[in-house]
Amino acid sequence: MTDRKAPQSLTPEEQKRRRKRSLALALTLGALVLIFYVVTIAKLGPGVLKRPM
Amino acid sequence: MSTMSNSLTETRAESLATAGLSQGDVSDFFALLKPRVMFLVVFTALVGMVVSHPTVHPILAFVSLLMIAVGGGASGCLNMWWDADIDAVMTRTRKRPIPAGKIQPGEALAFGVTLSVGSVIILGLASNWLAASLLAFTIFFYVVVYSMWLKRSTPQNIVIGGAAGALPPIVAQAAVTGHVSWDSIVLFAIIFMWTPPHFWALALVKSGDYERAGVPMMPNVAGPDSTRFQILAYTVLLAPLGLAPVALGFGGLAYAIVALVGGLGMLALAVQVYRLRQGEPAMRVAQQLFGFSILYLFLLFATLLAEHGFGLFRPVFG
Repeated sequence: MTDRKAPQSLTPEEQKRRRKRSLALALTLGALVLIFYVVTIAKLGPGVLKRPM
Repeated sequence: MSTMSNSLTETRAESLATAGLSQGDVSDFFALLKPRVMFLVVFTALVGMVVSHPTVHPILAFVSLLMIAVGGGASGCLNMWWDADIDAVMTRTRKRPIPAGKIQPGEALAFGVTLSVGSVIILGLASNWLAASLLAFTIFFYVVVYSMWLKRSTPQNIVIGGAAGALPPIVAQAAVTGHVSWDSIVLFAIIFMWTPPHFWALALVKSGDYERAGVPMMPNVAGPDSTRFQILAYTVLLAPLGLAPVALGFGGLAYAIVALVGGLGMLALAVQVYRLRQGEPAMRVAQQLFGFSILYLFLLFATLLAEHGFGLFRPVFG
């Protein structure tokens, strides 16, 4: 345990950095979704459209 | 005054960390990945792929390359986490995000581990588990074998540890072909043999830095003269090894010329480093060898890329 208290509010500069980190994280998650999607499609190949009806 | 302001910043950073908030900017996290090393990893891995003439889907090759880059960045990040104490006392590294107080060590550890695990899993899913295992081994070798064990205990640190930096072409070939052949092993050997003259040339110039940090680099342990001899010895081995792709048939005419001229250039500078031992000229020529070694390796790999990626291959024999 630490007796150090967390700051009550962030400075404008810290808020700006946090916003940028959040945006980078969102973009990374979006990129991951895209990667899993395209890898799945590429691995399945053209055969994915040729399934028995 | 600046010490007081630094200590206030650190206290603020620590209290933010306690609250689960980071103080770091996105660019600080990016710096943790050692972007310049990452570029070298991507570049050598790309050449490892191209000389293998892959038949896999280009998207899978691209994702594999991306994951090799992320894995390389993750090992750089974990290296910075482990070495933060010595980075703080070396002029070359003291502005890195952890010693500068911009990112807490725990954040760097979490970031590095997450990227390591993520890159290995995605590489395995996108290509195959041989490539993923090789990437995992590369990260393990760089972080545990080199950073944690060898770097602070033996002057052979960068010789053995250089294997981690040399592995990307092998990982890349495994990713796009499912196997490892002599082509990528030769590329591995070239980078491996290039590492000692490259780093020891820098260590000759920065020996004071390493001394202060207590890192047993060759000039600090065996002395500058012995280091100069060893630089020459490794360069004598490296110059002909640079021509091995020609002998194996995947280095064409342009590559043969570049490897021959570049190898002779490396040899000429290594001889100069060996001969000039005192004062400013000795430092200058060591700096020149360090700079030229980067150009040499870049040109070797760029020529292979041009020959195989852009149809410029002209065989030397027949």
